[in-house]
Amino acid sequence: MISFRAVYVIVLREFKRFFRQRGRLLTTIARPLLWLFIVGSGLTKIVEPGSKGSYMQFLLPGVVGMTILFSSIFSTISVVWDREFGFLREMLVAPVSRVTIVIGKLLSGTSLSIFQGMALLVVAPLVGLSVGAVKLVVMFFLIALVSFSLTAFGLFIAARLTSLEGFNVIMNFIVLPMFFLSGALYPVEALPGPLRWLTYINPLSYGVDSFKHVLLPEGARLGAEFSMTLDVAVVCAFAVVMTLLSAWAFARR
Amino acid sequence: MPIIEVRDLVKSYNGLEAVRGVSFEIEEGETFGFLGPNGAGKTTTISILCTLLSPSSGTAVVNGYDCMKDPKGVRSSIGLVFQEVTLDNELTAYENLKFHCYLYNMQRSVAEKRIDEMLEVVGLGPRRNDFVKGFSGGMKRRLEIARGLLHRPKVLFLDEPTLGLDPQTRSHVWHFIEELKKREGSTVFMTTHYMDEAEICDRIAIIDRGRIIDCRSPEELKSSLRGDTVYLETDDDQAALRELSEKLGLEARRIEGGGLALIVESGEKVIPRIFSGLSTGVRSVNLKRPSLDDVFLHLTGREIREVEGGGTDRPVRGFRR
Repeated sequence: MISFRAVYVIVLREFKRFFRQRGRLLTTIARPLLWLFIVGSGLTKIVEPGSKGSYMQFLLPGVVGMTILFSSIFSTISVVWDREFGFLREMLVAPVSRVTIVIGKLLSGTSLSIFQGMALLVVAPLVGLSVGAVKLVVMFFLIALVSFSLTAFGLFIAARLTSLEGFNVIMNFIVLPMFFLSGALYPVEALPGPLRWLTYINPLSYGVDSFKHVLLPEGARLGAEFSMTLDVAVVCAFAVVMTLLSAWAFARR
Repeated sequence: MPIIEVRDLVKSYNGLEAVRGVSFEIEEGETFGFLGPNGAGKTTTISILCTLLSPSSGTAVVNGYDCMKDPKGVRSSIGLVFQEVTLDNELTAYENLKFHCYLYNMQRSVAEKRIDEMLEVVGLGPRRNDFVKGFSGGMKRRLEIARGLLHRPKVLFLDEPTLGLDPQTRSHVWHFIEELKKREGSTVFMTTHYMDEAEICDRIAIIDRGRIIDCRSPEELKSSLRGDTVYLETDDDQAALRELSEKLGLEARRIEGGGLALIVESGEKVIPRIFSGLSTGVRSVNLKRPSLDDVFLHLTGREIREVEGGGTDRPVRGFRR
């Protein structure tokens, strides 16, 4: 039913494309750093005048979440891209099941996001956070889980998009609100009522919260707001639902 | 047993019938062509045979596999070259082919050997590690044809394989297809709306408005028309005319500016008879055969060029599972 060789080559292709598209690679590196060091330094002065920058520390888990979100959605857009440029047909007439193609795209999106999320942890010492081996391992699993759920979400959207124009709409109406309302930039508690509720129903909030649990120092003024169990449970549930939905959306085509 | 068997195939889109009851059989090793204008239903039929679309009714069997019930069996038996380019520009020629081999579950060692072999055949060996985005239209086509044959399919489908190529590249691509056919011995099913391309087929189905109007060898199709025209230049037209009629029973007519013309069933059989039968000296002989353009005009009452560009023959959206 599932051809592993086919899954492997689909993943391999996405990686090659990622490292060959210079612009995409540079954006990937620059975007989180802009948020962290430029937006972060500016806002630190407003949030806590005179402090040594614990807001920038608060921002790191959020920016990791943002990087994964953007990367996952971007890599699933390759499905739309493939359809636009005909390459999807090459896959659809091959003797492999639709499930194989979905798994290939899921794995490639997930692993690209893991790679980018983990790479970002390199800057943790620059904002004064120490990430030891244990924390790295825990972060790896959390990032993998969140990446997987978001890639499945992206695939579900991509399966229904028929043109690249739709991508801008997705960016502005789904991806950006998901980022802004995920507790990445400000604590959920600080938000006014309706926005707080939107944050509660945003699965990314729980992913970002789990990163806060691991990365932020114990007892920080700005820290995690939900329990770790709730975080992992919500992200797992989201991943399962989205995987089923995207498999369904692809099989239907 | 025929390698492709199609019975009463019908496909309609929103009440519009693109294919209206098409039936045909293709024998193994045959080169079979669909000839018709854009919008005649060629691509729709091919898409059904390739399991990309499901028909509204009718059956299609490829290599013993039913297109509806066993799409996977069909997919592993066929190779495809689409109308539009379906290569990944960001990958090299080699990487595109490798992707295909792995998708078709070929062993690594087999794949490597086969890729080298096919790149050599289509003359892209030296461009093996170049990115496809730098390739010309003709090179991309050759690479796609090589890719379509990598997994040694029983049937190779070529949907307008030379669409959008300049005449020189077109003949180049045909040269490769004929060469590959000889080497690989696969059955070829092609669609075209170029008459000259259809002539390389063993059999041609003339398709118009979703129906097959006629299906025979190019020779038969053409000889179903008036026949060949033989032009003669002689030393004495008057004497030759009389001799042709009395000795050979052939009715010729004089043409303006000198010379004779006669319409016969088979030119190559008549010419030797003319040479042995005439005592008048013959200075030149010219044989003109009817073209498939003439056939299409005869069968549909329209020229193939007149109807171009009016159709929607590309079911790109809405793949079946």
